[in-house]
Amino acid sequence: MPIEIEVNSKRYPVSYPPNTPLLYVLRDELFLSGTKYGCGEGQCGACTVLIAGAPRRSCQIPVGAAVGKPVTTIEGLEKDGRLHPVQQAFLDAGAFQCAYCTSGMIMSSVALLQSNANPSPAEVVQVLQGNVCRCGTHPRIIEAVRHAAKLLQEHGR
Amino acid sequence: MSGVTERVVLEPERYEFSASPLHQFELARRDFFKILGAGIAVFAIAKDALATQETAPGHRSFHMEELPKDISAWLHIGEDGTVTGFTGKAEIGQNIRTSLAQTIADELRVRFESVRMVTADTALTPFDMGTFGSRTTPTISPQLRRVASAARDLLIEAAAREWNIAPAGLVAADAKVTDPASGRSLKYAELARGKTLALNLPAEDPITPASQWTIAGKAIPKVDGRAFVTGKHQYTSDLRPEAMLHGKVLRPPSFGATLTSCDDSSAKAMTGVVVVRDADFVGVAAPSAHEAQRALDAIHVQWKEVPQISSKEIFFHLKQNATARFDDRNREQKGSVEAGLASAVHRLDATYNIAYIAHAPLEPRAAVAQWTEGKLTVWTGTQRPFANRDELAAVFHVPESSVRVIVPDTGSAYGGKHTSDAAIEAARLARAAGRPVKVTWTREEEFTWAYFRPAGVIAVKSGISGDGTLTAWEFHNYHSGSSGIETPYVVANERTEYHAVPLILRSGSYRGLAATANHFARETHMDVLAGVAKMDPLDFRMKNLANPRMRAVLEAAAKSFGWPRKKTQEGQGFGIACGDEKGGYVATCAEIAVEKKSGAIRILRLVEAFECGAIVNPDGLRNQVVGAMIQGLGGALFEAIEFENGRITNPQFSSYRVPRFRDVPEIEAILLDRKDLPSAGAGETPIMAVAPAIGNAIFDASGVRLNNLPMVPNGLRSA
Repeated sequence: MPIEIEVNSKRYPVSYPPNTPLLYVLRDELFLSGTKYGCGEGQCGACTVLIAGAPRRSCQIPVGAAVGKPVTTIEGLEKDGRLHPVQQAFLDAGAFQCAYCTSGMIMSSVALLQSNANPSPAEVVQVLQGNVCRCGTHPRIIEAVRHAAKLLQEHGR
Repeated sequence: MSGVTERVVLEPERYEFSASPLHQFELARRDFFKILGAGIAVFAIAKDALATQETAPGHRSFHMEELPKDISAWLHIGEDGTVTGFTGKAEIGQNIRTSLAQTIADELRVRFESVRMVTADTALTPFDMGTFGSRTTPTISPQLRRVASAARDLLIEAAAREWNIAPAGLVAADAKVTDPASGRSLKYAELARGKTLALNLPAEDPITPASQWTIAGKAIPKVDGRAFVTGKHQYTSDLRPEAMLHGKVLRPPSFGATLTSCDDSSAKAMTGVVVVRDADFVGVAAPSAHEAQRALDAIHVQWKEVPQISSKEIFFHLKQNATARFDDRNREQKGSVEAGLASAVHRLDATYNIAYIAHAPLEPRAAVAQWTEGKLTVWTGTQRPFANRDELAAVFHVPESSVRVIVPDTGSAYGGKHTSDAAIEAARLARAAGRPVKVTWTREEEFTWAYFRPAGVIAVKSGISGDGTLTAWEFHNYHSGSSGIETPYVVANERTEYHAVPLILRSGSYRGLAATANHFARETHMDVLAGVAKMDPLDFRMKNLANPRMRAVLEAAAKSFGWPRKKTQEGQGFGIACGDEKGGYVATCAEIAVEKKSGAIRILRLVEAFECGAIVNPDGLRNQVVGAMIQGLGGALFEAIEFENGRITNPQFSSYRVPRFRDVPEIEAILLDRKDLPSAGAGETPIMAVAPAIGNAIFDASGVRLNNLPMVPNGLRSA
């Protein structure tokens, strides 16, 4: 019997084997390619998604383990054409160069700000330590997350 | 499959020079207007544009007779006023899609928002050697300015014809041509309507000096930033044309291994699986990546391996195997080093070792290939679309005109994406499958089968007089390359040589090429000399420097850093270094701390001053400069490729350490805007002085002089 997963509030049947990493189901079966492959060993964070609100490396999670838990990907953040405050903050800060790490950075930051509304730079560093940016945009990413915290407070989200 | 295992010739340096003004023009424009619609276009003949593009001797060159004969457009103004700029350069995160659009908008006198760039598509853009050597800003920006300036002339002429008056006195600005005498005006869009006007780029057309720029020079945000923060931008690895298969390639267990037997019968029996065996290439394509992997796992092969040099013996090997041949370009000789050393009061002799490092772009190599009626289209994240096209044509024995290479904006490259490996693999599989095939390299493949910044050994001998004047300078670089090899210091007696060594690991370009290695050796050496002369490291450098641009960046960095600084706590150290390369000038100051117990090094602060002439986009430039500084930290402190028996032994992010958030210190980038000087590229040079500045700071803190890159892979204790 095929499994079903919920991604960005939408249900999808999955034909890939249940032990397939969620990343490949998202990208290759559901065509949600905003979540990126970077290493396949949970070391770079490019594939970060939220599973039941918690940040997870989708390359390390079998799709079977996501059954019954809502999954949020980068595509699920924008609401009615309005960017999520974290997306807006990254845009405002110009916090990307090649931007291949950006989806993962944003998802990790969304999760951080859900549990800590006003993180210090050190707390941002702590959480994003598992996300690799090879272009060296780290200072702006930290700035963007702090800016996002302000936006979130203003928007009361 | 020569693309996979061939030993590429090390390219110590590759330059291309500005496309020159163009003459003679023969038509083949009809197709172009069919694609973009009517309007006004400025063309250039590719052959002439290339006449002054040059490559270094000793590697694959593009002979004139091989050049494409088609005519390329640089600019098009459509009937709706949309301006399209064309360049063969690729957007790889360095932000040229924005900076080049600014340049066009500025010179054409239109709104920034009305300009879009078509980049790196061999069917649509002018021929280009590749996106390397920090050449986009110094060559393509002025080229597009000349083109836009010519287009303004064309628009003025069109308006003059329309009004039946002389063009003199008409003004092209604000996207319209105005006649100041009568006050009437025509929008560019109106002038373009119903026309297919084309113009050759004239030999000379004055372009706007930087002091009068209005759109260039501004911190305009990345043009399509929203597509990146929403995940909508499609990198090569995200593309999926209809009926696409996923391809995977069987890799040898070690470098140089050859296939001796292959049983692919069970893989071939799998439904929907295509297996290709062609010489030493074995690959599969299947409807999904996991099916492709299963098929690959079902193939049983045997390989014959050959002995290989390991990383433990690499430096000894490099020095032993230098070839006797010198390239004159890489050799500088003046005065008598022997006499200079004899007259010196202090002499110094030191050797510096540089490890192989990997680019590790976060998007690994990927390609999607599609054959249609004998013609091949490939989407791939490469820095050299035209060279990739030529390589594909050669490998598949088809004319270059049958191959189109398109480069989606790419998940970074840093000099690491020159070759067409994934493109060739995808195309080979696609040809067999009769369907589009995507090949995305795994991280391990990227770390193993791409190419590296070459290792090197650098030997330096020097002498100074009693007052700290450099009297002799002898500098030998073995293998790592000749970029940045020439000393900027004034010295009467000098010998500088680059010694080629046959390749051990596949090697090629990397951000800054060997300039990082050569600056590390030189600036470390200069620091030791400063100590010997009992001079402040900044004063010692200044004493031996004449170039005002170099002095200016040193002064700017020192001022912001507060040089010379007094130590306020134990384990603290300060270092400084400088250099110039590719038309840019850089000086970096570092503050570090050595933890007494563990020997761990912490970089506390980096201050860098950078000057690259007139700044086109200070926001994008700052990203590039800070990015280069952070990337430079990795090679300075801990990045090193390790290998044994032809295998990379650390081919993952868990074993190959790259800079992460915790490694990033407080960073300050000072950008000196010289509107009186032509703009130079900025992607590479800001990386060069980071390692020596840190090394000099480590010495200042600990008294330990580190002569190898990386300096402290396991902290100072083990160094």
